[in-house]
Amino acid sequence: MTAHADATRRRVHDLLRAEEERILQRWTDLAKTSAEELRDLYRALRLALGDERDDLADVRGLLAELSRERARQGHTPSDTARVVFCLKEAVHEAVASDGSAEALKGFIWFSRLIDDLGLYTFEVYATAREKIILDQAEQLLELSTPVVKLWEGIVAVPLIGTLDSARTQVVMEKLLQTLVETGAEHAVIDITGVPAVDTQVAQHLLKTVVAARLMGAECVISGIRPQIAHTIVTLGIEFGDIITKASLADALAYALSRSGAEISTPRRTRIAVRTEEV
Amino acid sequence: MSGDGHLLPIASNADVVAVRRQVRALAVDVGLSLVDQTKVVTAASELARNALVYAGGGRASIEIVENGVRKGLRLSFIDEGPGIPDLALALTDGWTTGSGLGLGLGGSRRLVDEFDLISAPGKGTTVTVTKWAR
Repeated sequence: MTAHADATRRRVHDLLRAEEERILQRWTDLAKTSAEELRDLYRALRLALGDERDDLADVRGLLAELSRERARQGHTPSDTARVVFCLKEAVHEAVASDGSAEALKGFIWFSRLIDDLGLYTFEVYATAREKIILDQAEQLLELSTPVVKLWEGIVAVPLIGTLDSARTQVVMEKLLQTLVETGAEHAVIDITGVPAVDTQVAQHLLKTVVAARLMGAECVISGIRPQIAHTIVTLGIEFGDIITKASLADALAYALSRSGAEISTPRRTRIAVRTEEV
Repeated sequence: MSGDGHLLPIASNADVVAVRRQVRALAVDVGLSLVDQTKVVTAASELARNALVYAGGGRASIEIVENGVRKGLRLSFIDEGPGIPDLALALTDGWTTGSGLGLGLGGSRRLVDEFDLISAPGKGTTVTVTKWAR
């Protein structure tokens, strides 16, 4: 049985070697691509089939490269898989003209192998896509959480969009890092851009404030709009002794007056404090 | 008005965000005030996340309902999770089997006009809430 299977395989391999130029030419025509692109792949495949160990690692490596290269050129993954499947037709013509039963049987086995390889290019494409999406998500995470300096000793974190665990983690890390670097003693977390504050968001905010406090900084949460205040009260969330303000301007005025009371600041600052009373 | 039904899967955090967006869009259509929009969106967020965290996922159905003069938004969150053995305890503020604040279920009940919770151990959980436009 195995000896028989081996014989059919060998027949296909012999064909691939004997008819190399013709099959390659036909494959190139069918796939409508350049011969250079396919020649290496064809050679690697032929060598792998001639090898007893059935080692397709080289072929897969070349296919992965082909898939990535074609994706970069704007081909769809179906296009790339079709290029691989075209080899079946090219080889089938050679098998048909050979006409032996062994070659035909071998072709069925060969066809299954090409199916696997075609699907592999799809897999490579999907993996590459996934990686791009992951990278972008990470970049977005970085982009979406700036920590800005509002005044000497006062930093602000303007939060925009959905606040999930991953983002809170980044916000917290960035805020704490900035507190160390700038020696700021006041931080304003502005949630004007957060569409809804549910219990998870509130919990994340509370944790961030506690962490900042542990580092000796005082936090003010600003941007509490009427509807958010309403919702927070109805939900039953307690912000405890955390200072909250309606707008970022209020929070800045508050932080300025607090820092003004603690450290001696030039007159300029006091002018800014007076804006609060207006 | 069953033609307005929207069925959304809840399988990841991104789905919770999608549910929230859809609820907000429909809440605007129904004519809920800004405060009520925010309340119903927050309730949807809590309940969708409950389905995700405690049941590993489920689905949400959102429909616009009418009772003669008023329009409203009815949301159902259905999961096939472990269910809730003690409903009264689950609705108690500050009680949680997870790591949250324990305010989600009870808080959601206060955020909406009608709240219906059906659950039994091993039978999954269905929460249906309705918010009427004023």
